[in-house]
Amino acid sequence: MESLLKVKQAGIAAWAALRELSGDDAFERYLQHHAVAHPGEAPLDRTAFFREEQKRKWDGVRRCC
Amino acid sequence: MTTATPIAFATRYLMWPLIALLGAGALGGIAFNRGESINSLWLIVAAICVYALGYRFYSAFIAAKVLALDATRATPAERLADGRDFIPTHRWIVFGHHFAAIAGPGPLVGPTLAAQFGYLPGTLWILIGAVLGGCVQDFVILFCSIRRNGRSLGQMARDELGAIGGAAALVGVLAIMIILIAVLGLVVVNAMRHSPWATSTVAATIPIAMLIGLYMRNIRPGRVIEGSLLGFSLLLLAVFGGQWIDASETLRTWFDYDGPPLALMIIVYGFIAAVLPVWLLLAPRDYLSTFMKIGTIFLLAMAILVLRPELQMPALTQFIDGTGPVFGGKIFPFVFITIACGAISGFHALISSGTTPKLLMNEKDARFIGYGAMAMESFVAIMAMIAACVLEPGIYFAINSPAGLVGAQAAQAVATISGWGYPVTVEQMQTLAQQMGESSLFARTGGAPSLAVGMASIFASAFGSSLLAVWYHFAIMFEALFILTTVDAGTRVARFMLQDLLGNIVPAMGRTSWYPSVFLCSGLVVLGWGYFLYNGTIDPLGGINSLWPLFGIANQMLAAIALCVATAIIVKSGRARYAWVTAAPLVWLVIVTSAAAWEKLFSPELRIGFLVHADDLKAQIASGSITGDAVAQTERLIFNDQLDAALTAFFLIVSWIVVIETARICLAFLRGKQTPAVSETPYEPTQLAEG
Repeated sequence: MESLLKVKQAGIAAWAALRELSGDDAFERYLQHHAVAHPGEAPLDRTAFFREEQKRKWDGVRRCC
Repeated sequence: MTTATPIAFATRYLMWPLIALLGAGALGGIAFNRGESINSLWLIVAAICVYALGYRFYSAFIAAKVLALDATRATPAERLADGRDFIPTHRWIVFGHHFAAIAGPGPLVGPTLAAQFGYLPGTLWILIGAVLGGCVQDFVILFCSIRRNGRSLGQMARDELGAIGGAAALVGVLAIMIILIAVLGLVVVNAMRHSPWATSTVAATIPIAMLIGLYMRNIRPGRVIEGSLLGFSLLLLAVFGGQWIDASETLRTWFDYDGPPLALMIIVYGFIAAVLPVWLLLAPRDYLSTFMKIGTIFLLAMAILVLRPELQMPALTQFIDGTGPVFGGKIFPFVFITIACGAISGFHALISSGTTPKLLMNEKDARFIGYGAMAMESFVAIMAMIAACVLEPGIYFAINSPAGLVGAQAAQAVATISGWGYPVTVEQMQTLAQQMGESSLFARTGGAPSLAVGMASIFASAFGSSLLAVWYHFAIMFEALFILTTVDAGTRVARFMLQDLLGNIVPAMGRTSWYPSVFLCSGLVVLGWGYFLYNGTIDPLGGINSLWPLFGIANQMLAAIALCVATAIIVKSGRARYAWVTAAPLVWLVIVTSAAAWEKLFSPELRIGFLVHADDLKAQIASGSITGDAVAQTERLIFNDQLDAALTAFFLIVSWIVVIETARICLAFLRGKQTPAVSETPYEPTQLAEG
């Protein structure tokens, strides 16, 4: 039982890592940051956030040879 | 040590000596083996031991003594946290981002080309160059940038070396971009030449990327994993579907092109990609290529470990004397120029400054991320070397030798190559081409086709041999996908830099969203690399012969600039006694790039010296041995030689200016004179708990 729980936890951790690596959870992280850093202000919605994010992310050297 | 159990004792005192012994044994086995073929496992064991020792001891020494990493110091990610650029991130996640950003086609192509010297020279330089050079550069630049709020290499060069060093760095980066994109474009063109299957698959990656772009923007905003998986399935379908296009008599003619028209298509594509909004093409393509890259590299590592194929290539070939068909030039300095990214790459300094330093949660993670990720990239280069060397040498040379050198007729080419002592037959090449689903594999220069043949044979033996042709085109698609990502992203970056430069003269040009400026600057950048790419496809010596060394020289020169910045910072931080850590690889790089540039300029060998080749062509026109239409084309070749020579001289001069500036500033500092101050941000303690 305990080992099964461990497997489950490892699976959850791996999924979280994959989401963070790929940027899949960027919006959730943004909401978290926003709630702490700018309380009271309305955050961007998912679509608007993702549009901003992509525009900003590509202004510079991102990839190598 | 409190509890001395036997196992704890063994790991503490015996593990590292054993790793050292194992590594030394494997290296010795590789170096002194002659005459009989050697198993690829030797290379893998040697590589892993060398990286482990380098990481455990040398990087620890650099972290503790040279840079004095301070775990209590707040990083820019913590101090400037904005939830976007500056985000304190777990070290494994940053490692993943950083590795994905530095690993590109360079470490795959370079070793494939360098295999013409045999497996030994390239392998040794990949290992030594990485552990003492490339990993150190990435680590030190990452550290320097962390201590400067994530400033870029160009900004640090200006701050630490003054205006001249800064300007040289900026112009150098722009020039490298142009050559890099041209040579990578040539690699893709050579992989698609007269191959409807490869061309249609690569073409399909464009609408697939756009579809995913639309999906992630409008249908399911920000669902990156979903979008990538969908795109990945479509890519596999495109690889599979390519064979039906190839089999159809009418469809295949739509995708069957020679080099020059393919080059023009890539040029048009590059321009469109640079002006389209990023979300539509560039961003989704990058997601897809990152998934593919990590996945395929992992698959290749697994397959090599499972299969442990024998290397067919000898340790050394006679081509160390400079007569090699893949590219002209002796083992010194050209093996060090050719390997480029697998050992040390100046381009990494651009990623290590700017993007990655804004993510580190703790300064001490810089060792794992900077040094560790480069060790992993170097391992990718070792795998590419293995994939090239498991091919029979005759086949390797038949694929990689330009027709202008070994003969355009198959019978002629095999006779030349067999005459070198690497037997190969026309039937053998035909069977191979048929197995790979190609019409011919002769003279497919650039490294991508031979790497794909090597990877396909490894994958097919490990995971099922019936799919050889599909694996081959999968490998081609995998290479083309991230080469085109580099073409898109590189054009865009070069465009920003050009807009920035021109903005100093005409302010409106600097506005990155002003369309006349966007079109003009994108057009200029595309024309720049497009010129070299197009001429590479009509060059009778295959283009790679002149462009790849030019790229190698440029890339190593950028590494030299990065190491100059690093050395100046170490000296000015009062640690001049440890400056050899970056100064030693710097001196080596300056020797290697200067020697290579000198040879490319003044060597009397026609295939090496640009100027002597131009003179030879001039003499041929003067003597009347070239007549008619060929005269105009030859005059163009003469101009190209002169242009390449001018560029080489430019690289040489820029790197020497930076080196002399660095030496001047370091000496001035040591004599107590006025120098640009160290621009490190002041210490602030971290508030974050140990992660």
